[in-house]
Amino acid sequence: MSDCFKPETQDELAKVLSWAAAEETPMEIIGSGSKRQLGRPVQVAYTLSLENLSGIVDYEPAELVLTAKAGTPIAEIEALLSEHGQELAFEPVDYGGVLGTGYGKGTLAGVCATNLAGSRRLKAGAARDHVLGIHGVSGRGEIFKAGGRVVKNVTGYDIARAFCSSWGTLGVASELTLKVMPAAALEETVVVKGLSGAEASEAMSAAMGSSAEVSSAAFLPLQYDDRLSAELGAIDKTLTVLRLEGVEKSVNYRVETLRSLLKPFGSIDVLKNEGSRALWRSIRRLEAFEEGGEAPLWRISVAPTHSESVVQRLQQLGASKVLRDWAGGLLIAEFNGGDNPALEIRQAIAQAGGGHATLIRGSASDRGSIEVFQPQDPALALLTRSLKKQLDPKGILNPGRMYVGV
Amino acid sequence: MSGIAMPKPSQETLANRAAIIRALQEIVPGEGVIHDDTELRPYETDALTAYRQMPLVVVLPETVEQLSKVLKYCYDNDVKVVPRGAGTSLSGGALPLEDGVLISMMKFNRVLDIDFANRAVVVQPGVTNLGITRAVEHEGFYYAPDPSSQIACSIGGNIAENSGGVHSLKYGLTTNNVLGLEMVLITGEVIRLGGKHLDSEGYDFLALMTGSEGLLGVVTEVTVRILQKPETARAALVGFPSSEAAGQCVAQIIGAGIIPGGMELMDKLAIDAAEDFVHAGYPKDVEALMIIELDGPEAEVDDLLAAVAKIAEENQSSYLRVSNSEEERATFWAGRKSAFPAVGRISPDYLCMDGTIPRKALPEVLGRMQELGLKHGLRCANVFHAGDGNLHPLILYDANKPGELQAAEDFGADILKLCVEVGGVLTGEHGVGIEKRDLMGEMFSEDDLKLQQRVKCAFDEKHLLNPGKVFPVLHRCAELGKMHVHKGALPFPDIPRF
Repeated sequence: MSDCFKPETQDELAKVLSWAAAEETPMEIIGSGSKRQLGRPVQVAYTLSLENLSGIVDYEPAELVLTAKAGTPIAEIEALLSEHGQELAFEPVDYGGVLGTGYGKGTLAGVCATNLAGSRRLKAGAARDHVLGIHGVSGRGEIFKAGGRVVKNVTGYDIARAFCSSWGTLGVASELTLKVMPAAALEETVVVKGLSGAEASEAMSAAMGSSAEVSSAAFLPLQYDDRLSAELGAIDKTLTVLRLEGVEKSVNYRVETLRSLLKPFGSIDVLKNEGSRALWRSIRRLEAFEEGGEAPLWRISVAPTHSESVVQRLQQLGASKVLRDWAGGLLIAEFNGGDNPALEIRQAIAQAGGGHATLIRGSASDRGSIEVFQPQDPALALLTRSLKKQLDPKGILNPGRMYVGV
Repeated sequence: MSGIAMPKPSQETLANRAAIIRALQEIVPGEGVIHDDTELRPYETDALTAYRQMPLVVVLPETVEQLSKVLKYCYDNDVKVVPRGAGTSLSGGALPLEDGVLISMMKFNRVLDIDFANRAVVVQPGVTNLGITRAVEHEGFYYAPDPSSQIACSIGGNIAENSGGVHSLKYGLTTNNVLGLEMVLITGEVIRLGGKHLDSEGYDFLALMTGSEGLLGVVTEVTVRILQKPETARAALVGFPSSEAAGQCVAQIIGAGIIPGGMELMDKLAIDAAEDFVHAGYPKDVEALMIIELDGPEAEVDDLLAAVAKIAEENQSSYLRVSNSEEERATFWAGRKSAFPAVGRISPDYLCMDGTIPRKALPEVLGRMQELGLKHGLRCANVFHAGDGNLHPLILYDANKPGELQAAEDFGADILKLCVEVGGVLTGEHGVGIEKRDLMGEMFSEDDLKLQQRVKCAFDEKHLLNPGKVFPVLHRCAELGKMHVHKGALPFPDIPRF
């Protein structure tokens, strides 16, 4: 166990990082550590945890804006928003189940820095689409702020947004401001049973291209989750699920829109309220992959219409179970037969017109030897290193977490 | 030209003009290089017309290869570059430099790929914002961000400024609607980011590029997401006896959990100017007018309109008219979208400001802007993207009257300082450019600005791309790279460690 700093203020955070920069002492940067098993292993003597830099600083429901310290548990934020009928529209994922760290442990900074969005990504965007401002400390130990507390802002580079998906390698947040949204009054899920992958792709594309304002669309293959299949009366059938959210009249109307649109694909069931919520929670948490131990689990982003060909290739490569979320744009693929064909997965994506693949679960040795994040072409890799060098010249922030030398 | 100092021209570059022109002509043959004074004239300003400067030379590349070679030439020879789209910047983002090559991207004007199944469109940067919607509307789709200049402004320029528009409240800004980019760095290196899939691999360079005002790279291809048009969209005009009441109404609508497609406010001066100009049917006996658009299924829109009407009534609204046809809806918006030229008719000149404030500060800011108007002896018409707190005060002045431009600029600076004071920002969607450059210190500390410039250094260490814009003081990258650190033993016994 490495020596762990837990600063309680931005000044303390700056002191730690100034010292680390001066001593050229690298640090593993974590929120609470709930996604520590995701990414290349960072092997250093010191850890910097944000869990004591916690608390909601400002929340004004009528402004649709919330500011909290970086280490604030995301569960605390979601509970507070829920009291006011609001939510984080991007639905942060909770991978505590598949990573073995337990549910509900994530922090605000961790959610933003990893930018892993849930099923509603299609309609509402990711964390990066909701972050408005940041206070933090760079790898030079200097305190900075960027962005602000308003939605429309082009004053300077959008560093707050760029902090998202930097995995703690460019700077450490001390405080973040996010746009929040009113939560939908209700949700329902339209369910089509027994479609093939290709049919589901077509059905989801038709639904997404309609005016039904589908907020999530997923395809669950055969034997995806026996308990879920039993609950939905769909043993031995695939499930194509489309979520609609809003006020009652609107949802009812749009359910009918989908019913007529999807008629050619088969009969339709509708899951209401808690049933719908439980389904999407299960998808968001990847509950169906929890039993997989350390079996490699890949998160793959492709253009939705290419999902079918990529999934076929994944199956040839030994994928045992593949979830298609984001209308096919997001594939979660598990390999529990001992294979971990990183290179071939990325070739399949390239052949399908591009995208990226991230190993979100794997043994430490796999994570040390396989490119966890999508390798970049030389020009982009150079720009990546160049940015890292500017903001963290001594390489003290999560060195190697994303890429070797970054 | 008034008080904005631009970087000192390089005498060497000025002396080498003929050689630079020859080199560019070798890269871009035919009429792609403009160096004749008469032909250069149209490029001397953008939509911030108070500032003018003839460029060294204009080049209009037609291919990525040509552009890459032009940039590489400039990089190798330390020649400054100003990229330009349609030239509609309101902040002087495309203002030329005396010693700078101006690159116009307007020959990159093709729609490359329309992919309805993936709801994505790939275009070249010179395609206009409205051009994207025009290319997909036959299938019921549209591109959501809609700046008022959408008929003329280019998507490349929209990327540079992170443009918004009246519908950004519900559908996001440019940054929320761009999926991918191809761009060329000052070194000539071509970089591709994103594509038809979602989220970035590695760092979110898309986020940094969007709103970077032409300082980081030149965009050569853009992939945007398109949306299916809502089934119904209806707009309403709601009149109020005071701007304060209108502001209160806006806050309460959002507070009630309603996110309209658009929600705009105009004050009396702006209403009258717009009505006289386009005859949109605006009431002339109200002090403030809200234009609100609700969209979605018809039943939902009806319910929302009823809810909005009730909230408006509770806030002393004195006028309500709901659109009953697409034409009528378009007419309601026509008045708002032509507010700037309409104000241009009632005043010889105007300055358009662009601060954003927290919605709750609206009544206070409106009140204090009136006081500021008295102080500076100028009138100010106000139009706002009220839903997201983005103000566009239009300061009326006459450039031919001695001192009025200066007074207008001082008035504008006071307004922006006020925006920052109440928790807002200097610019919501028009960009910093040269116009707000020297006010950056009002919002950011020296360290904040140095961090921003370090980002710049990662892309353009020689500061050749669009120098003089955005940053009040240019620090050399070598100087920024120095670390001032005090080595020492583990200092902080006071920080909890475990």
